[in-house]
Amino acid sequence: MDYSQFGAMLPELIILGIFLIVFLADTFSPENGKKFLTPMTTVLMLLATVAIWIVPSCGEAVFGGMYVDGPACKAMKCVLNVGAWICMLEAAKWVESDVMYYRKGEFYELILVTLFGMYLMISARHFLLFIIGLESASLPIAALVAYNKDKYESHEAAIKYIITAVFSSAILLTGLSFVYAFSGGSLYFSDIAVQITSGEMSGLLIFALTFVLAGIGFKLSLVPMHLWTADVYQGAPTSVTAYLSVVSKGAAAFAFFIIFVQVFGQVYSAAWEWMLYAVIIATITVGNLFAMRQKNMKRFMAFSSVSQAGYIMLGVMAANQLGMASMMFYILVYVVSNLGAFAVIQMIEDRTGLVSMDDYNGLHKTNPYLAVAMTLAMFSLAGIPPFAGFFSKILIFTSVTSHQNSMALYMLVLIALINTIISLYYYLLVVKAMWISADEPKIGAFKSGKCEKVALTVCVLGIVFLGLVSYVYKYFIDSVGAETLLALN
Amino acid sequence: MGVTLPILILALPFFMFLLLGIGGVKMSRKVAGILGILGMGTTMTLAYIVAFTYFFSGDPAFILDGVRQQFQVFDVTWLAFTEKLVVKIGFLLDPICAMMLVVITTISFMVHLYSWGYMEGERGFQRYYAFLSLFTFSMLGLVVATNIFQMYIFWELVGVSSFLLIGFFYRLPSAVSASKKAFIVTRFADLGFLLGILTLTYFTDTFNFVDMTSNPMNVLAETGGATFMGASVLTWAMVLIFTGGMGKSAMLPLHIWLPDAMEGPTPVSALIHAATMVVAGVYLVARMFPVYCVVDASMTFVTVVGAITAFYAAVVACTQIDIKRVLAFSTISQIAFMMVSLGVASTGGVGDGHHYTGLGYMAGMFHLFTHAMFKALLFLGAGALIHAVHSNDYTKMGGLRKYMPITHWTFLIGCLAIAGIPPFSGFFSKDEMLAAMFNNNWIWGAWMTMVAGLTAFYMFRLYYLIFWWEENPDYAHHKPHDAPWQMSVPLIFLAAVSCVAGFIPFGELVTWNGAPYHIHLEAPVACTSIIVALAAIALATKMYMKKNDLPTKFKNALPGLWTAAHRRFYWDEIYLFITHKIIFGCISKPIAWFDRHVIDATMDGFAKVTQKVSFAIRGMQSGNVQAYVLWYFFGALALAFITWICLL
Repeated sequence: MDYSQFGAMLPELIILGIFLIVFLADTFSPENGKKFLTPMTTVLMLLATVAIWIVPSCGEAVFGGMYVDGPACKAMKCVLNVGAWICMLEAAKWVESDVMYYRKGEFYELILVTLFGMYLMISARHFLLFIIGLESASLPIAALVAYNKDKYESHEAAIKYIITAVFSSAILLTGLSFVYAFSGGSLYFSDIAVQITSGEMSGLLIFALTFVLAGIGFKLSLVPMHLWTADVYQGAPTSVTAYLSVVSKGAAAFAFFIIFVQVFGQVYSAAWEWMLYAVIIATITVGNLFAMRQKNMKRFMAFSSVSQAGYIMLGVMAANQLGMASMMFYILVYVVSNLGAFAVIQMIEDRTGLVSMDDYNGLHKTNPYLAVAMTLAMFSLAGIPPFAGFFSKILIFTSVTSHQNSMALYMLVLIALINTIISLYYYLLVVKAMWISADEPKIGAFKSGKCEKVALTVCVLGIVFLGLVSYVYKYFIDSVGAETLLALN
Repeated sequence: MGVTLPILILALPFFMFLLLGIGGVKMSRKVAGILGILGMGTTMTLAYIVAFTYFFSGDPAFILDGVRQQFQVFDVTWLAFTEKLVVKIGFLLDPICAMMLVVITTISFMVHLYSWGYMEGERGFQRYYAFLSLFTFSMLGLVVATNIFQMYIFWELVGVSSFLLIGFFYRLPSAVSASKKAFIVTRFADLGFLLGILTLTYFTDTFNFVDMTSNPMNVLAETGGATFMGASVLTWAMVLIFTGGMGKSAMLPLHIWLPDAMEGPTPVSALIHAATMVVAGVYLVARMFPVYCVVDASMTFVTVVGAITAFYAAVVACTQIDIKRVLAFSTISQIAFMMVSLGVASTGGVGDGHHYTGLGYMAGMFHLFTHAMFKALLFLGAGALIHAVHSNDYTKMGGLRKYMPITHWTFLIGCLAIAGIPPFSGFFSKDEMLAAMFNNNWIWGAWMTMVAGLTAFYMFRLYYLIFWWEENPDYAHHKPHDAPWQMSVPLIFLAAVSCVAGFIPFGELVTWNGAPYHIHLEAPVACTSIIVALAAIALATKMYMKKNDLPTKFKNALPGLWTAAHRRFYWDEIYLFITHKIIFGCISKPIAWFDRHVIDATMDGFAKVTQKVSFAIRGMQSGNVQAYVLWYFFGALALAFITWICLL
């Protein structure tokens, strides 16, 4: 075996390296050495992001074509890395608390392992490697969800998560076994793609497609696979919720795109275009309808993220290079916007224990900076210009109608637009509570920690500038264009 | 030329805006003032370096075979929506742009310095300087725009900063309503501008000025002779674009905001509402000049609007009491003068016979330059008077020449310049404009010569009523005196410029195609205009130098005309009638009713249904994990079966 092939897996090796460093430091450092863990990990993660971004990928398929790390994969990993980095910064205050102090090393290790799994999900070009990635991105999250040992809700959430996750894995594997029936004995994406052509539509293929969609859709919380979302998001520690809502979701979306376009690209218009069409509409609408009623901020963000997942899937609907680039951009913007909101929720919950929307009344009087950050995040999520969310929405809408001029796709965009208006209603409820509500503020003034400040600043800068600095979007377009294995229809 | 200097010219004012806007509250007034002045001084120096390099370095990029070139210093892609719809931001250097850089930064620097004395003790001193920097940034961005979309962006930014500065004294209801009026009227005009841009670029597929103006026949060809309501599409586009210019440059009938804009601080009036922003419309026409030339109808439109406005504003200026409003109407009239001058020009070169057809363009730009200097001088002089007397009305002034010698002499120079008396700068530029008009058609020439006479009359009426006439008895209690040095220095500087600017060989620097043109005075035109101006001044001297009852007699002889002119020919009333009675009463009210009772009700219905559905499906989220998995499984199965049924 040619061991130099490992050199092609640079992003994975970097994450693995950080994992080992953190693990060894955590295990062997003396008690007082633990306080260096947080700064060390966050700095390493930042360096890792820069390294993955700067070092050019070789772009060749290695391990017999099981693994590819081209420019586009690299860009996706960068996006996920940024998200994980911000999540770690936001969690810093929480992991430094007394209950968590001795377990913070494990927290970082679990996050890093899941990130490693997500990288494999993106780079896998063979279903076995994909499943390994998926599972290693999935199982540690259950442990993370249960991290608040002393809280009943945290345990309940973890149980719910693991049951649903196991079920979804079963569904996915069933689907894959159907796929295997077509492939003629191979689980390579490229081999299967040759076998599945629109000529031979059958019930088996439809079930295979549905089960694969349902299996990956679970991680994306697509309707009707979304029911776990609210309970798990509410029960999990807020840092974990933040991580689940953006990084985990982003990785699943990328993998979804790659699998559906590379493996099932031939039957796009014959089969799964309309399946996805229905799922997207259901996801956006149901997410919105539930989000309207929520008073608990974490539940509220859960349903908002269900609805956002529908918008992300519009990129898959486009199923071309423009769709992929828009989806990357959408997810990056979603990372900064959603994590901006979660940073505020986390800080307030950490200091006061309050998570209800009513508790946010008059927040601007006591914590004006937090109120501004939250407002920007809400505006961006709702897609109000000139913030990044507006640009990401407009770009993903444009991509949907880019490759074929079909009335149905325009209808899809129209429905998504109407839902944007509905979403504006509930996002603005938060803004209204913070700025307009005349009640006495329940949340007293408090100071933010250093890491939290950095995280919030990064998010706000991202919200304000990502859309206006066209370099970012152009970078995604170029990276997608440069990846030959993503050359789609 | 490297990109550093051009970028700094734009970045520095913007940085000063951020610095003073955000950090201003923590600074003392003195620090904020000095920072603002230093920042603007540096910007001015840089702009001078760029402009002088452009005009005099002889670099082949700037001047090739004696013809000045258009040079894009940089032009970077900002937003690329689709392959065609690409918004760029750049820096275009050409003669008019270089000239505007000099004008804007000079006047802005003078105003910064002047304001240090004038605004002393006002609330929000730091905020004022921040807004001035924002305005300067926007105006510079407007003139260096490489494409019409960038120009539109900065065009709106200029509008916003004008709004902020007019309403600077936001505790005065009159200032607030004036700022709103200015914003709404210009925004309304900008709607036309936007429609024009969309129409034009739909056909040309490019926003870039150089692409459009270097080959205007192409633009004409690309519209392919499409017509709309009897006029060609290109005519519509150019007229609509000109509408934006009419709003900013206060042409009839969109002029109504400019007199009210005088509610802003006087230095602001000098900077924005006399020298820079209001000439944006002229600049726009000059920028698109070759395209305007290929459609005669749009040029005629420009000329006619300009000619009517010039006369109207001059007549109104003769009857105003507020000295700033006299100057405001004078500004409208002078800008209209430039518009007519542009309108009579064409791209033919030395065409029919011996006339140079591009003369009007050169003369209009020349007048833009000289007018900016002497009108800023007059406004700053008016500021010094207001500072001394604490009133805008000439009735509270009179006989001030003994008390305020510096203001008196500089104001007199300004009046002589605008009246067109040699050797002051206004004479030279006005002479060229009138010559261009006579070359085109003697009617335009005669009409505008009459307007020039009116100009001389109302300016000297103003001058005499302020500095001669009869002393106000109040001076015994409160003796007026000249302004502090920060205010006197700009006055003296601008007066000096107004004395010598006429001798600049302007034709060598700025012509429509960059080829130099040698200015020469046309003796008949020059003699006529001098005689008319002297006669008008003599009449003003007779009527207003010493207190007498001649003005009252005139007023009583033509009561209707005087009142009408004094009330500005009822334009404001007409607008109020149209907006309040017709639009609000007949259109808005029914629409409001429809909106409240039909649309809102429908929307409320939708909202209720949404809420109900939301309530009805809450059971799906039971908290029961077994139910979740069931939903999951049966959901997936249902999806599969439905697809199956639909496909097979």
